[in-house]
Amino acid sequence: MAQQEPGGVSDAALDPTEFGRVQRPSRVSGIGRFTARRLLTGLGTLAFVLVFNFFLFQMLPGDPLARYKGAREISAEDLAALRQELESPLWEQFFNYVKDPLQLDSYSTIQGKPVWEVIADALPWTLILLGTSTLLATVIGIWIGIRAGWNRGSKFDKNSTGITLFLYATPEFWLGLLLILFFSTGFWIFPGIFPSGSAIGSGLDPWTVDGVISIAWHTVLPAASLAAVYLADYSLIMRASMVDELGQDYLMTARAKGLMDRAIRRGHAVPNASLPTITLIFLNIGFIIGGAITVETVFSYPGLGLLTWNAIQADDLPLLQALFLFFSVSVIVFNMIADIVIAAIDPRIRL
Amino acid sequence: MTTDTAPTVAIPSVRAIRWKRRQVATARFIRAFSRYRSGLFGVGILLFFVAVAVSAPYVFPEYLLDPNANLSNSVYAPPSAEFYYWMGTDDLGRSVLAELAWGARPSLVVGILASIMAMIIGTLVGIASGHFRGFFGGSMERLTDWFLVLPFVPTVIVLQAVLGETTIWITVIVLGITSWPGTARLVRAQTLSVEARPYIERAKVLGNSDWAQMVRHILPNVMPLVIANTTLTVAIVILSMTTLAFLGLLDPNLISWGGMLDSADATGAALQGAWWFLIPPGLCVIAVVLAFTLIGRTLEVVLNPRLGSN
Amino acid sequence: MSSSVEDVHTQTEIVIEVDDLHVTFEGREGGTARAVDGVNIAMRKGEIIAMVGESGCGKTTLARTILGLEKPASGTVLSHGEPLQYSGRALKTYRKNVQLVLQDPTGSLNPRHSVYEAVAEGPRTHGMDDETGRVSRALAMAGLRPPERFFLRYPHELSGGQRQRVVIAGALALDPDVIIADEPVSSLDASVRGEILALMLKLRDELGLTLLVVTHDLGLAWNIADRIVVMYLGRVVEQGPTEEVLNNPQHPYTRALLSVVPEMHGTEQIVLSGETPDPTKIPSGCRFHPRCQEVRDGVAEKAGVLAACQSVSPVILSAQIPVGETELGHDAACHLVTPPPTA
Ligand SMILES: Nc1ncnc2c1ncn2[C@@H]1O[C@H](COP(=O)(O)OP(=O)(O)OP(=O)(O)O)[C@@H](O)[C@H]1O
Ligand code: SF4
Ligand SMILES: [Mg+2]
Repeated sequence: MAQQEPGGVSDAALDPTEFGRVQRPSRVSGIGRFTARRLLTGLGTLAFVLVFNFFLFQMLPGDPLARYKGAREISAEDLAALRQELESPLWEQFFNYVKDPLQLDSYSTIQGKPVWEVIADALPWTLILLGTSTLLATVIGIWIGIRAGWNRGSKFDKNSTGITLFLYATPEFWLGLLLILFFSTGFWIFPGIFPSGSAIGSGLDPWTVDGVISIAWHTVLPAASLAAVYLADYSLIMRASMVDELGQDYLMTARAKGLMDRAIRRGHAVPNASLPTITLIFLNIGFIIGGAITVETVFSYPGLGLLTWNAIQADDLPLLQALFLFFSVSVIVFNMIADIVIAAIDPRIRL
Repeated sequence: MTTDTAPTVAIPSVRAIRWKRRQVATARFIRAFSRYRSGLFGVGILLFFVAVAVSAPYVFPEYLLDPNANLSNSVYAPPSAEFYYWMGTDDLGRSVLAELAWGARPSLVVGILASIMAMIIGTLVGIASGHFRGFFGGSMERLTDWFLVLPFVPTVIVLQAVLGETTIWITVIVLGITSWPGTARLVRAQTLSVEARPYIERAKVLGNSDWAQMVRHILPNVMPLVIANTTLTVAIVILSMTTLAFLGLLDPNLISWGGMLDSADATGAALQGAWWFLIPPGLCVIAVVLAFTLIGRTLEVVLNPRLGSN
Repeated sequence: MSSSVEDVHTQTEIVIEVDDLHVTFEGREGGTARAVDGVNIAMRKGEIIAMVGESGCGKTTLARTILGLEKPASGTVLSHGEPLQYSGRALKTYRKNVQLVLQDPTGSLNPRHSVYEAVAEGPRTHGMDDETGRVSRALAMAGLRPPERFFLRYPHELSGGQRQRVVIAGALALDPDVIIADEPVSSLDASVRGEILALMLKLRDELGLTLLVVTHDLGLAWNIADRIVVMYLGRVVEQGPTEEVLNNPQHPYTRALLSVVPEMHGTEQIVLSGETPDPTKIPSGCRFHPRCQEVRDGVAEKAGVLAACQSVSPVILSAQIPVGETELGHDAACHLVTPPPTA
């Protein structure tokens, strides 16, 4: 019965799960329209971040001139221009900022290079680390979650839930420190076989075989630290969604009809239950780009995280401001990708 | 409506019955909660750390933490039989055991206070964005989305710089400000499903204002979920605080587990094999975070915020 | 049937009137659903009107619009001749007089509120005096006696029928003139239905309430209503005094509805063809023509109205008493009944 009671919104729209994005019905339908609408809200968020970024950094106490000049060599002319800009009225500064929100000409005070160049140098390392750890966390986490959820109450479920809860509670940098203690320093019976500083052996060219092997070797420990913590997150969510999904009527009937467990699992339960986990994975990718700070610091891994830490230490405001923008944008973008991917898989979300 | 007799219910008895009902409900809740071993385990760990936090000043006198009062001790001395030095010494020759005990205090205080702050903001914004259609509700929803994307560490750094010194209260505020959007989203989704219930329609027809609808009908029905969620938020806030301490972004005079790990990292404890300064603080963090996580997960099941039931 | 029926039709004090009401919803698939599409109804003081029609024909939407819970796309709701204002305060005052009883008594009561709180909610919100007195009188009137015994019960401790009585008491506590009940008994046991219906008759007789009862159930309409309004796809297709409509249905749709009621002996069951109608795609001409048995069986063609059925919309039934008459008659929006202007 297609009955609509007062309020008139269907259950799908009211899906009270944390990760199900709730949207009001509207005229728009189809994935193309959905994408367009989602891009629009993404742009809105971006506008907010830009404004927030400007005012937040404006409010910082202290002498802005010193901050923006830093240790860099600067001609008397440029200095005068910089001073004039910093002393102009707020609205004028804001106007200039809006004209050039990326601040393409701003310089990192520690490195004496344009900020975006500095970020571009560090980005590949972050991507390597992020890619490896996300791949590991996703594959292992989802596998554990499916198995535990499907065999709820089994020994595997109990053990894996215990372990993943423990990992979930672990600070990733502490895990990194332990891994260094055990597998880099070498401790007790553990061999110190993995390197723990930088991302590649010194003097090696990344585009040679030796270079690639060295990179892989350097990635093992930091990637393991990140992956361990995130796989905990994924397997817990995946398990919960599996358990939910198993309670659904259609699965009960399918099981009662004697369909092969494996077929049901592959064909129905897993695809439906993966949606929240997929959303979370994409969201986390956005966050890890800026969130691997501690792990990169612990391993002196030269990605964006370490760069952020150095910028903090040296009070390098222009760089920090650019990083702030970059991190926010990556979260916005991945958030958006998550929504669109989910909507493509599950038309209920699209409305 | 004139036919029937006046009522004869005395106010105190109404109160008494209501009180009785509360007691019964509480007893039922405790019974339901104690059926979950993992939840009880969480409560046990938590009680232990609360006891440690409360008794720390009495068991470990403050001089143990003073860098200048421990100059004669050797640095990174391994664990020994003497009670204060069961866990050896740190990079400044101080008792690691004393630091562990004192470190429980900021974790619990900041974790709980910041989560309460996040709970209040998140609940207000979540209910408002779910209840009001149109511009206001839309703005609240957008606001949530916006705060959700702010990068945590840079935001904290700049907020702290703007707010002045990094006292423990500033840390509470900063963590509260950055932790509410998750709660707001959850509360919004729950509000939408309460809104679809007929009793909200009835409340409107009976003349309730928006405020009354929210306070009388929506809030009580989202509260169980909010409580469970807040407990889980405490766990996340404690982890975030540990990260901040590790990055040297907390009050440097504050003894915290994350701060201990920062010192351990900075002075090469791992390279020197000083595991006693490295492993215990991390385990303490894990234990407390795990405790709140286990309690939160159990509350989620026990309070079972499925609508209409209860 | 109550003794006051005869008076009702000559009484002309109109409490609530709905004038050419249209309510639309933006559909998900892009279309606009015309849930209520041109309706005139006048509710006279002390009468019980039953509104019948199949699922999705717009009954709930009409009821909600009368209460100001939905804004009409066009047309007006009038209360004592005054158009309804949609400001918060005006609606509050209006709804003190016009109350709503919903289909699902379980969902209508906040599970966390006791019976006393549920019934006192209205008087408290309106700042009325003697709250406890009002609550117990309303509960007693709704048949929950002695009222004090129910004060501290929670909805889950009551039966479905008792819950519906609590909802009704909650409405009565405001001393309304009109109650709009949206399928008030359809979720209740057959045994309890009769009691709730008897209660509604009693409320009309003792308090002079005006009732609009939405229902699927023609048997129910027969039992309590003075007047019946039959809706099809957002429009009233037939209206008139209960006995006339049920004994002598004019509109093919009403006849089809009646033919499936077991108590209506003697008629052969009429099966409607075609799909259940979609308010985003209202057919041209008579909105019932794709399913009309008279069209299907060739009766319309013989009568020479087939073309009109397909292209000319029958007149919208009026709620006004025709000039020169003393009471509202029995009308149907069908070309077979009232020949189209061109024919
Ligand atoms: N809030 C809404 N948004 C969109 N469409 C709606 C909404 N409310 C009702 N509708 C649509 O309007 C039409 C009429 O619905 P309504 O609930 O008024 O029917 P009804 O006659 O009460 O049906 P039932 O007997 O099943 O209760 C339906 O097609 C329904 O889908
Ligand atoms: S107007 Fe024509 S189609 Fe409509 S009900 Fe009458 S006979 Fe049937
Ligand atoms: Mg209805």
